Amino acid sequence: MKFTRRSAITVVVLFVVSYLFYYFFMRKGITYSWHWYDVPKYLFYYGKRFTDEPAPSWHMGALMLGLVLTLKISVVSIIFAIIIGLIVGIARLSDEPITKFISSCYVELIRGTPLLVQIYIIYFFIGTMLRLSAFAAGAAALSIFEGAYVGEIVRAGIQSIHKGQMEAARSLGMSYSQAMRHIILPQALKRIIPPLAGQFISLIKDSSLVSVIALADLTFRAQQAVAQSLNAFEIYFTAAGLYLVMTFTLSMVTQYVERRMAVSD
Amino acid sequence: MIDAQNVYKTFITPDKRKVEALVDFTLHIDRGEVVVIIGPSGSGKSTFLRCINRLEEIDKGKITVDGQDLHAPKANINKIREEIGMVFQHFNLFPHKTVMENVTLAQEVVRRRSKKEAAEIAEALLKKVGILDKKDVYPSQLSGGQQQRVAIARALAMQPKVMLFDEATSALDPEMIGEVLDVMKTLAREGMTMVVVTHEMGFAREVADRVIFMDAGRVVETGTPEHFFTNPEHERTKLFLSQIL
Repeated sequence: MKFTRRSAITVVVLFVVSYLFYYFFMRKGITYSWHWYDVPKYLFYYGKRFTDEPAPSWHMGALMLGLVLTLKISVVSIIFAIIIGLIVGIARLSDEPITKFISSCYVELIRGTPLLVQIYIIYFFIGTMLRLSAFAAGAAALSIFEGAYVGEIVRAGIQSIHKGQMEAARSLGMSYSQAMRHIILPQALKRIIPPLAGQFISLIKDSSLVSVIALADLTFRAQQAVAQSLNAFEIYFTAAGLYLVMTFTLSMVTQYVERRMAVSD
Repeated sequence: MIDAQNVYKTFITPDKRKVEALVDFTLHIDRGEVVVIIGPSGSGKSTFLRCINRLEEIDKGKITVDGQDLHAPKANINKIREEIGMVFQHFNLFPHKTVMENVTLAQEVVRRRSKKEAAEIAEALLKKVGILDKKDVYPSQLSGGQQQRVAIARALAMQPKVMLFDEATSALDPEMIGEVLDVMKTLAREGMTMVVVTHEMGFAREVADRVIFMDAGRVVETGTPEHFFTNPEHERTKLFLSQIL
Protein backbone atom coordinates (compact mmCIF):
# COMPACT_ATOMS: atom_id res chain seq x y z
CA MET A 1 0.00 0.00 0.00
CA LYS A 2 1.21 3.44 -0.95
CA PHE A 3 -0.04 6.97 -0.46
CA THR A 4 -0.88 8.48 -3.81
CA ARG A 5 -2.66 11.54 -5.13
CA ARG A 6 -5.86 9.60 -4.74
CA SER A 7 -5.22 9.27 -0.98
CA ALA A 8 -4.81 13.05 -0.75
CA ILE A 9 -8.13 13.61 -2.53
CA THR A 10 -9.80 11.12 -0.20
CA VAL A 11 -8.55 13.00 2.83
CA VAL A 12 -9.83 16.33 1.47
CA VAL A 13 -13.25 14.86 0.71
CA LEU A 14 -13.36 13.38 4.19
CA PHE A 15 -12.67 16.78 5.73
CA VAL A 16 -15.33 18.52 3.68
CA VAL A 17 -17.94 15.88 4.51
CA SER A 18 -17.23 15.98 8.23
CA TYR A 19 -17.36 19.79 8.24
CA LEU A 20 -20.73 19.78 6.47
CA PHE A 21 -21.99 17.17 8.95
CA TYR A 22 -20.85 19.35 11.83
CA TYR A 23 -22.33 22.50 10.24
CA PHE A 24 -25.79 21.08 9.62
CA PHE A 25 -26.29 18.74 12.55
CA MET A 26 -23.90 19.11 15.40
CA ARG A 27 -24.08 22.88 15.71
CA LYS A 28 -27.72 22.64 16.62
CA GLY A 29 -26.50 20.10 19.12
CA ILE A 30 -27.69 19.25 22.58
CA THR A 31 -26.48 20.36 25.92
CA TYR A 32 -25.17 17.31 27.62
CA SER A 33 -22.84 17.05 30.53
CA TRP A 34 -20.76 13.92 30.32
CA HIS A 35 -20.39 11.75 33.37
CA TRP A 36 -17.70 9.34 32.34
CA TYR A 37 -16.54 9.09 35.93
CA ASP A 38 -19.76 7.23 36.62
CA VAL A 39 -18.93 4.40 34.19
CA PRO A 40 -16.08 2.46 35.85
CA LYS A 41 -18.26 1.20 38.66
CA TYR A 42 -20.34 -0.65 36.11
CA LEU A 43 -17.18 -2.50 35.08
CA PHE A 44 -15.48 -3.17 38.42
CA TYR A 45 -16.10 -1.79 41.86
CA TYR A 46 -14.79 -2.16 45.36
CA GLY A 47 -17.48 -2.70 47.91
CA LYS A 48 -20.12 -5.00 49.23
CA ARG A 49 -22.50 -6.78 46.87
CA PHE A 50 -25.03 -7.25 49.67
CA THR A 51 -25.39 -5.30 52.83
CA ASP A 52 -24.75 -8.38 54.96
CA GLU A 53 -21.44 -9.23 53.29
CA PRO A 54 -18.74 -9.27 55.99
CA ALA A 55 -16.06 -7.24 54.20
CA PRO A 56 -15.84 -5.15 51.04
CA SER A 57 -13.81 -6.52 48.10
CA TRP A 58 -13.45 -6.18 44.30
CA HIS A 59 -16.46 -7.26 42.26
CA MET A 60 -17.53 -7.27 38.65
CA GLY A 61 -19.95 -4.50 37.81
CA ALA A 62 -23.18 -4.89 35.85
CA LEU A 63 -21.62 -4.43 32.42
CA MET A 64 -18.90 -7.00 33.11
CA LEU A 65 -21.47 -9.51 34.37
CA GLY A 66 -23.41 -8.89 31.16
CA LEU A 67 -20.26 -9.36 29.11
CA VAL A 68 -19.62 -12.72 30.75
CA LEU A 69 -23.14 -13.90 29.95
CA THR A 70 -22.90 -12.66 26.36
CA LEU A 71 -19.60 -14.54 26.01
CA LYS A 72 -21.09 -17.70 27.51
CA ILE A 73 -24.17 -17.72 25.31
CA SER A 74 -22.10 -16.85 22.23
CA VAL A 75 -19.58 -19.64 22.78
CA VAL A 76 -22.31 -22.23 23.41
CA SER A 77 -24.25 -21.05 20.36
CA ILE A 78 -21.16 -21.03 18.11
CA ILE A 79 -20.41 -24.63 19.05
CA PHE A 80 -23.97 -25.77 18.36
CA ALA A 81 -24.20 -23.64 15.20
CA ILE A 82 -21.12 -25.42 13.85
CA ILE A 83 -22.60 -28.83 14.61
CA ILE A 84 -25.97 -27.92 13.08
CA GLY A 85 -24.28 -26.21 10.13
CA LEU A 86 -22.12 -29.23 9.31
CA ILE A 87 -25.09 -31.57 9.39
CA VAL A 88 -27.32 -29.24 7.37
CA GLY A 89 -24.59 -28.37 4.86
CA ILE A 90 -23.86 -32.02 4.14
CA ALA A 91 -27.55 -32.96 4.16
CA ARG A 92 -28.34 -30.31 1.55
CA LEU A 93 -25.88 -32.00 -0.80
CA SER A 94 -27.32 -35.46 -0.18
CA ASP A 95 -28.54 -37.57 -3.08
CA GLU A 96 -31.42 -38.69 -0.90
CA PRO A 97 -34.43 -36.45 -1.73
CA ILE A 98 -36.08 -36.45 1.71
CA THR A 99 -32.88 -35.49 3.55
CA LYS A 100 -32.29 -32.78 0.99
CA PHE A 101 -35.85 -31.50 1.24
CA ILE A 102 -35.94 -31.36 5.04
CA SER A 103 -32.60 -29.56 5.26
CA SER A 104 -33.67 -27.07 2.58
CA CYS A 105 -36.93 -26.42 4.44
CA TYR A 106 -35.02 -25.79 7.64
CA VAL A 107 -32.72 -23.27 5.99
CA GLU A 108 -35.55 -21.43 4.22
CA LEU A 109 -37.76 -21.37 7.32
CA ILE A 110 -35.07 -20.08 9.64
CA ARG A 111 -33.59 -17.56 7.24
CA GLY A 112 -37.01 -16.33 6.29
CA THR A 113 -38.19 -15.33 9.75
CA PRO A 114 -36.74 -12.74 12.16
CA LEU A 115 -34.49 -13.93 14.96
CA LEU A 116 -36.47 -11.84 17.45
CA VAL A 117 -39.66 -13.72 16.58
CA GLN A 118 -37.83 -17.04 16.80
CA ILE A 119 -36.53 -16.16 20.25
CA TYR A 120 -40.08 -15.40 21.42
CA ILE A 121 -41.44 -18.62 19.93
CA ILE A 122 -38.69 -20.77 21.42
CA TYR A 123 -38.85 -19.10 24.82
CA PHE A 124 -42.60 -18.79 25.30
CA PHE A 125 -43.85 -21.79 23.35
CA ILE A 126 -41.21 -24.50 23.19
CA GLY A 127 -39.48 -23.29 26.34
CA THR A 128 -42.69 -23.51 28.33
CA MET A 129 -43.46 -26.99 27.03
CA LEU A 130 -39.98 -28.33 27.73
CA ARG A 131 -39.40 -26.23 30.88
CA LEU A 132 -36.32 -24.61 29.35
CA SER A 133 -34.42 -21.97 31.27
CA ALA A 134 -34.11 -18.57 29.62
CA PHE A 135 -30.45 -19.27 28.93
CA ALA A 136 -31.21 -22.62 27.27
CA ALA A 137 -34.00 -21.07 25.20
CA GLY A 138 -31.79 -18.15 24.15
CA ALA A 139 -28.85 -20.38 23.26
CA ALA A 140 -31.15 -22.73 21.35
CA ALA A 141 -32.68 -19.88 19.36
CA LEU A 142 -29.26 -18.45 18.48
CA SER A 143 -27.82 -21.88 17.56
CA ILE A 144 -30.77 -22.78 15.36
CA PHE A 145 -30.75 -19.38 13.68
CA GLU A 146 -27.02 -19.19 13.00
CA GLY A 147 -26.89 -22.92 12.19
CA ALA A 148 -28.97 -22.27 9.07
CA TYR A 149 -26.48 -19.66 7.86
CA VAL A 150 -23.48 -21.80 8.77
CA GLY A 151 -25.13 -24.66 6.87
CA GLU A 152 -25.25 -22.56 3.71
CA ILE A 153 -21.61 -21.53 4.19
CA VAL A 154 -20.59 -25.18 4.67
CA ARG A 155 -22.56 -26.22 1.59
CA ALA A 156 -20.90 -23.55 -0.53
CA GLY A 157 -17.51 -24.59 0.86
CA ILE A 158 -18.01 -28.24 -0.01
CA GLN A 159 -19.29 -27.36 -3.48
CA SER A 160 -16.23 -25.20 -4.09
CA ILE A 161 -13.94 -28.24 -3.78
CA HIS A 162 -13.25 -29.70 -7.21
CA LYS A 163 -15.13 -32.96 -7.74
CA GLY A 164 -11.87 -34.62 -8.75
CA GLN A 165 -10.96 -34.61 -5.07
CA MET A 166 -13.95 -36.76 -4.17
CA GLU A 167 -13.29 -39.03 -7.16
CA ALA A 168 -9.64 -39.47 -6.24
CA ALA A 169 -10.55 -40.32 -2.65
CA ARG A 170 -13.30 -42.75 -3.68
CA SER A 171 -11.07 -44.39 -6.31
CA LEU A 172 -8.67 -45.24 -3.49
CA GLY A 173 -11.44 -47.18 -1.78
CA MET A 174 -12.49 -44.57 0.77
CA SER A 175 -16.17 -44.49 1.69
CA TYR A 176 -18.17 -41.30 1.20
CA SER A 177 -17.82 -40.36 4.87
CA GLN A 178 -14.09 -41.14 4.97
CA ALA A 179 -13.58 -38.96 1.89
CA MET A 180 -15.65 -36.19 3.48
CA ARG A 181 -13.72 -36.35 6.73
CA HIS A 182 -10.18 -36.65 5.41
CA ILE A 183 -10.33 -34.89 2.06
CA ILE A 184 -13.31 -32.63 1.43
CA LEU A 185 -14.12 -31.05 4.79
CA PRO A 186 -10.54 -30.06 5.73
CA GLN A 187 -10.17 -28.25 2.41
CA ALA A 188 -13.64 -26.74 2.58
CA LEU A 189 -13.08 -25.59 6.15
CA LYS A 190 -9.99 -23.68 5.13
CA ARG A 191 -11.95 -21.84 2.47
CA ILE A 192 -14.94 -20.99 4.65
CA ILE A 193 -13.02 -19.50 7.56
CA PRO A 194 -13.55 -15.88 6.39
CA PRO A 195 -17.35 -16.12 5.88
CA LEU A 196 -17.62 -18.27 9.00
CA ALA A 197 -15.80 -15.61 11.03
CA GLY A 198 -18.24 -13.02 9.69
CA GLN A 199 -21.15 -15.21 10.73
CA PHE A 200 -19.81 -15.67 14.26
CA ILE A 201 -19.26 -11.94 14.60
CA SER A 202 -22.90 -11.57 13.59
CA LEU A 203 -23.83 -14.13 16.21
CA ILE A 204 -22.13 -12.18 18.99
CA LYS A 205 -24.03 -9.06 17.97
CA ASP A 206 -27.31 -10.92 17.45
CA SER A 207 -26.99 -12.31 20.95
CA SER A 208 -28.05 -8.85 22.19
CA LEU A 209 -31.59 -9.82 21.18
CA VAL A 210 -31.81 -12.38 23.98
CA SER A 211 -32.17 -9.45 26.37
CA VAL A 212 -35.88 -9.52 25.45
CA ILE A 213 -36.37 -12.75 27.37
CA ALA A 214 -34.81 -11.17 30.47
CA LEU A 215 -31.44 -12.78 30.01
CA ALA A 216 -28.99 -10.48 31.72
CA ASP A 217 -26.58 -10.14 28.81
CA LEU A 218 -24.47 -7.09 28.03
CA THR A 219 -27.34 -5.21 26.34
CA PHE A 220 -29.78 -6.03 29.12
CA ARG A 221 -27.31 -4.90 31.80
CA ALA A 222 -26.61 -1.73 29.84
CA GLN A 223 -30.31 -0.92 29.70
CA GLN A 224 -30.56 -1.43 33.43
CA ALA A 225 -27.49 0.67 34.09
CA VAL A 226 -28.93 3.47 31.99
CA ALA A 227 -32.21 3.28 33.85
CA GLN A 228 -30.32 3.53 37.11
CA SER A 229 -27.76 6.20 36.25
CA LEU A 230 -29.43 8.06 33.38
CA ASN A 231 -26.06 8.23 31.64
CA ALA A 232 -27.34 6.76 28.40
CA PHE A 233 -24.52 7.97 26.16
CA GLU A 234 -21.68 6.83 28.35
CA ILE A 235 -23.13 3.41 29.14
CA TYR A 236 -24.15 2.58 25.58
CA PHE A 237 -20.82 3.75 24.20
CA THR A 238 -19.10 1.52 26.75
CA ALA A 239 -21.35 -1.43 25.89
CA ALA A 240 -20.63 -0.92 22.19
CA GLY A 241 -16.93 -0.81 23.00
CA LEU A 242 -17.19 -4.10 24.88
CA TYR A 243 -18.96 -5.74 21.93
CA LEU A 244 -16.22 -4.41 19.70
CA VAL A 245 -13.54 -5.94 21.94
CA MET A 246 -15.20 -9.35 21.54
CA THR A 247 -15.76 -9.16 17.79
CA PHE A 248 -12.34 -7.69 17.08
CA THR A 249 -10.64 -10.39 19.13
CA LEU A 250 -12.55 -13.04 17.16
CA SER A 251 -11.54 -11.33 13.94
CA MET A 252 -7.86 -11.37 14.94
CA VAL A 253 -8.00 -15.01 16.01
CA THR A 254 -9.50 -16.08 12.67
CA GLN A 255 -6.88 -14.12 10.73
CA TYR A 256 -4.23 -15.93 12.70
CA VAL A 257 -5.84 -19.33 12.03
CA GLU A 258 -6.15 -18.44 8.35
CA ARG A 259 -2.44 -17.68 8.12
CA ARG A 260 -1.58 -20.90 9.94
CA MET A 261 -3.66 -22.95 7.54
CA ALA A 262 -2.15 -21.35 4.45
CA VAL A 263 1.04 -23.45 4.66
CA SER A 264 -0.04 -25.88 1.94
CA ASP A 265 -0.89 -23.14 -0.61
CA MET B 1 -9.31 -59.69 -15.18
CA ILE B 2 -11.69 -57.06 -16.53
CA ASP B 3 -14.75 -58.15 -18.37
CA ALA B 4 -17.27 -55.76 -19.88
CA GLN B 5 -20.34 -57.25 -21.50
CA ASN B 6 -22.83 -55.32 -23.60
CA VAL B 7 -22.40 -52.12 -21.63
CA TYR B 8 -24.62 -49.15 -22.43
CA LYS B 9 -24.13 -45.72 -20.98
CA THR B 10 -26.03 -42.58 -21.92
CA PHE B 11 -25.42 -39.07 -20.64
CA ILE B 12 -27.99 -36.34 -20.58
CA THR B 13 -26.28 -33.05 -21.37
CA PRO B 14 -27.33 -29.88 -19.55
CA ASP B 15 -29.33 -28.85 -22.63
CA LYS B 16 -31.27 -32.15 -22.39
CA ARG B 17 -29.59 -33.85 -25.30
CA LYS B 18 -28.84 -37.57 -25.07
CA VAL B 19 -25.25 -38.57 -25.69
CA GLU B 20 -24.50 -42.24 -26.13
CA ALA B 21 -21.12 -42.70 -24.51
CA LEU B 22 -21.02 -46.50 -24.64
CA VAL B 23 -23.08 -48.59 -27.02
CA ASP B 24 -23.17 -52.38 -26.62
CA PHE B 25 -19.59 -52.22 -25.45
CA THR B 26 -17.87 -55.57 -24.89
CA LEU B 27 -14.24 -56.00 -23.94
CA HIS B 28 -12.18 -58.58 -22.14
CA ILE B 29 -8.82 -57.78 -20.61
CA ASP B 30 -6.53 -60.50 -19.27
CA ARG B 31 -4.40 -60.43 -16.16
CA GLY B 32 -1.08 -58.73 -16.87
CA GLU B 33 -2.27 -57.28 -20.13
CA VAL B 34 -1.53 -53.69 -21.10
CA VAL B 35 -4.39 -52.29 -23.14
CA VAL B 36 -4.20 -48.87 -24.69
CA ILE B 37 -7.45 -47.23 -25.72
CA ILE B 38 -7.26 -44.50 -28.33
CA GLY B 39 -9.89 -42.56 -30.15
CA PRO B 40 -11.19 -39.06 -30.79
CA SER B 41 -12.49 -37.03 -27.85
CA GLY B 42 -16.07 -37.91 -26.99
CA SER B 43 -15.61 -41.45 -28.24
CA GLY B 44 -16.35 -42.89 -24.78
CA LYS B 45 -12.87 -44.07 -23.86
CA SER B 46 -12.66 -42.11 -20.60
CA THR B 47 -16.24 -43.04 -19.80
CA PHE B 48 -15.39 -46.72 -20.12
CA LEU B 49 -12.39 -46.26 -17.83
CA ARG B 50 -14.54 -44.49 -15.24
CA CYS B 51 -17.13 -47.27 -15.43
CA ILE B 52 -14.46 -49.81 -14.50
CA ASN B 53 -14.34 -48.41 -10.96
CA ARG B 54 -17.92 -47.16 -10.97
CA LEU B 55 -17.15 -43.47 -10.96
CA GLU B 56 -19.91 -43.67 -13.56
CA GLU B 57 -22.95 -45.90 -13.27
CA ILE B 58 -23.88 -47.91 -16.34
CA ASP B 59 -27.37 -48.14 -17.83
CA LYS B 60 -27.24 -51.73 -19.02
CA GLY B 61 -24.80 -54.60 -19.21
CA LYS B 62 -22.25 -55.97 -16.79
CA ILE B 63 -18.68 -55.18 -15.80
CA THR B 64 -16.67 -57.55 -13.62
CA VAL B 65 -13.21 -56.93 -12.22
CA ASP B 66 -11.37 -59.97 -10.89
CA GLY B 67 -14.67 -61.85 -10.92
CA GLN B 68 -16.61 -59.26 -8.90
CA ASP B 69 -19.67 -57.72 -10.47
CA LEU B 70 -19.11 -53.98 -10.10
CA HIS B 71 -22.62 -52.73 -10.65
CA ALA B 72 -24.46 -55.43 -8.71
CA PRO B 73 -26.83 -53.88 -6.16
CA LYS B 74 -25.04 -55.57 -3.26
CA ALA B 75 -21.51 -54.95 -4.51
CA ASN B 76 -19.23 -53.46 -1.85
CA ILE B 77 -17.84 -50.82 -4.13
CA ASN B 78 -15.26 -49.52 -1.64
CA LYS B 79 -13.84 -53.02 -1.30
CA ILE B 80 -13.64 -53.50 -5.06
CA ARG B 81 -12.08 -50.07 -5.60
CA GLU B 82 -9.22 -50.95 -3.26
CA GLU B 83 -8.04 -53.30 -6.01
CA ILE B 84 -8.36 -50.76 -8.81
CA GLY B 85 -5.87 -47.91 -8.96
CA MET B 86 -6.75 -44.84 -10.96
CA VAL B 87 -4.59 -42.02 -12.27
CA PHE B 88 -6.39 -38.88 -13.43
CA GLN B 89 -5.63 -36.33 -16.09
CA HIS B 90 -5.46 -33.53 -13.54
CA PHE B 91 -3.64 -35.62 -10.89
CA ASN B 92 -6.20 -34.78 -8.16
CA LEU B 93 -3.60 -34.92 -5.42
CA PHE B 94 -4.88 -33.83 -2.03
CA PRO B 95 -3.56 -30.25 -1.77
CA HIS B 96 -3.81 -30.06 2.02
CA LYS B 97 -1.63 -33.14 2.53
CA THR B 98 2.09 -33.50 1.97
CA VAL B 99 3.39 -35.86 -0.69
CA MET B 100 4.01 -38.47 1.97
CA GLU B 101 0.52 -38.06 3.47
CA ASN B 102 -1.03 -38.32 0.01
CA VAL B 103 0.51 -41.74 -0.35
CA THR B 104 -0.09 -43.00 3.19
CA LEU B 105 -3.61 -41.71 3.90
CA ALA B 106 -5.65 -44.34 2.06
CA GLN B 107 -3.32 -47.09 3.25
CA GLU B 108 -4.12 -46.12 6.82
CA VAL B 109 -7.85 -45.43 6.59
CA VAL B 110 -8.79 -48.02 3.98
CA ARG B 111 -6.20 -50.80 4.24
CA ARG B 112 -5.85 -50.21 8.00
CA ARG B 113 -2.09 -50.34 7.88
CA SER B 114 -0.05 -48.96 10.75
CA LYS B 115 1.60 -45.55 10.30
CA LYS B 116 4.99 -47.19 10.16
CA GLU B 117 4.06 -49.82 7.61
CA ALA B 118 2.28 -47.27 5.41
CA ALA B 119 5.29 -44.97 5.55
CA GLU B 120 7.65 -47.77 4.54
CA ILE B 121 5.51 -48.70 1.56
CA ALA B 122 5.13 -45.04 0.61
CA GLU B 123 8.86 -44.40 0.76
CA ALA B 124 9.61 -47.41 -1.41
CA LEU B 125 7.07 -46.26 -4.01
CA LEU B 126 8.18 -42.63 -3.95
CA LYS B 127 11.71 -43.89 -4.53
CA LYS B 128 10.47 -46.00 -7.40
CA VAL B 129 8.83 -43.02 -9.10
CA GLY B 130 11.91 -40.95 -8.35
CA ILE B 131 10.46 -38.34 -6.03
CA LEU B 132 11.44 -39.43 -2.53
CA ASP B 133 13.38 -36.20 -1.95
CA LYS B 134 10.10 -34.24 -2.15
CA LYS B 135 8.22 -36.34 0.36
CA ASP B 136 7.61 -33.55 2.85
CA VAL B 137 6.46 -30.80 0.49
CA TYR B 138 2.90 -29.97 -0.55
CA PRO B 139 1.65 -30.79 -4.07
CA SER B 140 1.44 -27.10 -5.03
CA GLN B 141 5.23 -26.93 -4.86
CA LEU B 142 5.67 -29.70 -7.43
CA SER B 143 5.71 -29.58 -11.22
CA GLY B 144 2.94 -31.33 -13.13
CA GLY B 145 5.14 -34.29 -13.96
CA GLN B 146 6.17 -34.67 -10.33
CA GLN B 147 2.55 -34.42 -9.18
CA GLN B 148 1.48 -37.10 -11.59
CA ARG B 149 4.26 -39.41 -10.42
CA VAL B 150 3.08 -38.90 -6.83
CA ALA B 151 -0.46 -39.70 -7.99
CA ILE B 152 0.80 -42.95 -9.49
CA ALA B 153 2.61 -43.80 -6.25
CA ARG B 154 -0.57 -43.00 -4.32
CA ALA B 155 -2.59 -45.44 -6.43
CA LEU B 156 0.12 -48.11 -6.27
CA ALA B 157 0.30 -47.86 -2.49
CA MET B 158 -3.02 -49.69 -2.30
CA GLN B 159 -1.36 -52.58 -4.14
CA PRO B 160 -4.11 -52.76 -6.75
CA LYS B 161 -4.57 -55.57 -9.20
CA VAL B 162 -5.46 -53.19 -12.01
CA MET B 163 -4.27 -49.69 -12.87
CA LEU B 164 -6.36 -47.29 -14.91
CA PHE B 165 -4.72 -44.27 -16.55
CA ASP B 166 -7.14 -41.59 -17.74
CA GLU B 167 -5.15 -39.37 -20.11
CA ALA B 168 -2.43 -39.24 -17.49
CA THR B 169 -0.08 -37.12 -19.59
CA SER B 170 -2.56 -34.83 -21.36
CA ALA B 171 -2.31 -31.99 -18.87
CA LEU B 172 1.48 -32.00 -18.72
CA ASP B 173 4.09 -29.75 -20.29
CA PRO B 174 5.66 -31.64 -23.19
CA GLU B 175 9.00 -31.99 -21.48
CA MET B 176 7.43 -33.67 -18.45
CA ILE B 177 5.53 -36.31 -20.36
CA GLY B 178 8.60 -38.52 -20.65
CA GLU B 179 9.16 -38.91 -16.91
CA VAL B 180 5.55 -40.02 -16.35
CA LEU B 181 5.58 -42.39 -19.33
CA ASP B 182 8.80 -43.93 -18.02
CA VAL B 183 7.09 -44.79 -14.75
CA MET B 184 4.16 -46.28 -16.65
CA LYS B 185 6.51 -48.33 -18.85
CA THR B 186 8.27 -49.73 -15.79
CA LEU B 187 4.92 -50.75 -14.36
CA ALA B 188 3.92 -52.44 -17.60
CA ARG B 189 7.15 -54.42 -17.70
CA GLU B 190 6.56 -55.59 -14.13
CA GLY B 191 3.36 -57.26 -15.26
CA MET B 192 0.72 -54.87 -13.93
CA THR B 193 -2.67 -55.12 -15.61
CA MET B 194 -3.14 -51.71 -17.16
CA VAL B 195 -5.84 -49.91 -19.09
CA VAL B 196 -4.47 -46.72 -20.54
CA VAL B 197 -6.43 -44.00 -22.28
CA THR B 198 -3.89 -41.81 -24.01
CA HIS B 199 -2.92 -39.79 -27.04
CA GLU B 200 0.71 -40.91 -26.75
CA MET B 201 1.07 -43.16 -29.77
CA GLY B 202 4.72 -43.78 -28.95
CA PHE B 203 3.67 -45.32 -25.65
CA ALA B 204 1.00 -47.42 -27.37
CA ARG B 205 3.50 -48.68 -29.93
CA GLU B 206 6.16 -49.49 -27.36
CA VAL B 207 4.33 -51.12 -24.46
CA ALA B 208 0.78 -52.03 -25.44
CA ASP B 209 -0.13 -55.68 -25.76
CA ARG B 210 -3.28 -54.56 -27.50
CA VAL B 211 -4.53 -51.29 -28.91
CA ILE B 212 -8.23 -50.51 -29.06
CA PHE B 213 -9.63 -47.79 -31.25
CA MET B 214 -12.98 -46.41 -30.14
CA ASP B 215 -15.40 -44.10 -31.84
CA ALA B 216 -18.94 -43.07 -30.88
CA GLY B 217 -19.08 -45.45 -27.92
CA ARG B 218 -18.08 -48.53 -29.88
CA VAL B 219 -14.91 -50.51 -30.45
CA VAL B 220 -14.01 -49.87 -34.07
CA GLU B 221 -10.83 -51.86 -34.30
CA THR B 222 -8.61 -53.83 -31.99
CA GLY B 223 -5.21 -55.41 -32.54
CA THR B 224 -1.52 -55.50 -31.75
CA PRO B 225 0.46 -52.24 -32.07
CA GLU B 226 2.15 -53.57 -35.23
CA HIS B 227 -1.18 -54.26 -36.85
CA PHE B 228 -2.47 -50.92 -35.77
CA PHE B 229 0.30 -48.65 -36.89
CA THR B 230 1.29 -50.51 -40.06
CA ASN B 231 -1.96 -51.66 -41.67
CA PRO B 232 -5.15 -50.58 -39.92
CA GLU B 233 -8.26 -52.02 -41.56
CA HIS B 234 -11.05 -49.54 -40.97
CA GLU B 235 -11.36 -46.23 -42.74
CA ARG B 236 -12.20 -44.45 -39.48
CA THR B 237 -9.02 -45.76 -37.88
CA LYS B 238 -6.93 -44.73 -40.86
CA LEU B 239 -8.42 -41.26 -40.79
CA PHE B 240 -7.75 -40.87 -37.07
CA LEU B 241 -4.20 -42.14 -37.29
CA SER B 242 -3.42 -39.99 -40.34
CA GLN B 243 -4.47 -36.93 -38.38
CA ILE B 244 -2.45 -37.55 -35.25
CA LEU B 245 0.70 -39.27 -36.54
